[in-house]
Amino acid sequence: MKRLTLPLSKDTIRELKAGESVLLSGIILTARDCAHKRLFGILDGGGKPPFEIKDAVIYYAGPCPAKPEKASGSCGPTTSARMDVFAPRLLDSGLGAIIGKGEMSNEVREALKRNTSVYFAAIGGAGALYGNAIRKSECIAFPDLLSEAVHELVVEDFPAVVAYDCYGQSIY
Amino acid sequence: MRKINTALIEQNIYEMALHAGVNLIPSCRAALEKAKNAESSETARFALETLIKNSEIAVAEKMPVCQDTGMAVVMLEIGQEVFLEGKSLSAAINDGVRRAYNDGYFRKSVCDPITRVNTTDNTPAVIHTEIVDGDKINVTFMPKGFGSENMSKLYMLKPAQGVEGIIGSIVETVKLAGSRPCPPVYVGVGIGGSFDTCAFLAKKALTRDIGSANPREDIAKIESEALARINGLKIGCQGFHGNTTALGVSCEIAPTHIAGLPVAVNIQCHCVRCERVTI
Repeated sequence: MKRLTLPLSKDTIRELKAGESVLLSGIILTARDCAHKRLFGILDGGGKPPFEIKDAVIYYAGPCPAKPEKASGSCGPTTSARMDVFAPRLLDSGLGAIIGKGEMSNEVREALKRNTSVYFAAIGGAGALYGNAIRKSECIAFPDLLSEAVHELVVEDFPAVVAYDCYGQSIY
Repeated sequence: MRKINTALIEQNIYEMALHAGVNLIPSCRAALEKAKNAESSETARFALETLIKNSEIAVAEKMPVCQDTGMAVVMLEIGQEVFLEGKSLSAAINDGVRRAYNDGYFRKSVCDPITRVNTTDNTPAVIHTEIVDGDKINVTFMPKGFGSENMSKLYMLKPAQGVEGIIGSIVETVKLAGSRPCPPVYVGVGIGGSFDTCAFLAKKALTRDIGSANPREDIAKIESEALARINGLKIGCQGFHGNTTALGVSCEIAPTHIAGLPVAVNIQCHCVRCERVTI
């Protein structure tokens, strides 16, 4: 299985083909419905986003609380389609990659193509396994959103499948 | 008359919730294993292997099997000879849920529908009560995740649409859901009753073991026919194509009005979690 270090270079993204299994290591940011809505409120108001969007990897996920001896609680992906309305604009702002589960819209696929980005599907429901792939977790924005806050995660050998590649191909 | 203190119900809810968040029901684990062995798509097989490994990690480390530890759905069949004493039944249930979701390091996923402000303790639980004969209480606890709940549907069919209409509605719901609800799914179906009871029957169907057939032969046939057609869709585990799109279909029925044929399809992901106890 291909091992990838995040963030991904455009050259690396061009080598990825839909259907390929990969192991991801590096920094990813969690964000789901509420965090996206909050972020878009800031962007619409002309404000500075609380984290750098360029080359970031967003993981559609909201973790369980971590036990004292753990870096993170269970943390599998949530359904990506709910973020269809948000993803194209972030991709056009330089977002490096998306991780989630399930099909996304054609607009997202086009935006991935246009920006040479990639959408990875994590295995939905494998929360404990993904929780264990997280080495470090820190809340970096919107702490009042609790599990829906933006967490910066350091992951190691995080299994995923290339769902949409930068050529518009899909595993679905 | 038999007196039962609601503190006993609270303790049972607490223990069931803690166990349910971590452990798949045995028939679900068996169904995943069977699906893996029968899988011909390499990617779907990888996903099924990952899920089985995940369920083992969850048990070994007492971690939630899925981070969506759900809304707490509680169904009680209360014998009419039972007298409940102590705090109110709903307070006891919610206290049990609150303690379990805190002590188990489960995610708190309940919020106001408009402001989206989290209630921070996963309450209130969804509580269904039925009064039955006897002096016992049957309690069922099911954490229900919403990736799959979101893909559920309710149809008000015409009586003329009959069995074919029922099966068509079940298959259509799974087809429209596609890869989004974490297939392979478990499909709970309510047939008949009114708008509201039909949806409840669909939820109740999900408390049955996977692979258990409805005792009525004609209903069991709907279950097996719908399952075969769903697996013919080849959506597969996680939408990666493959042989298993659903692990099972369970139907529950109730008499309905002469003018109607309600059908509710409640989708459950492959993390089937459900606990049962008799007090």
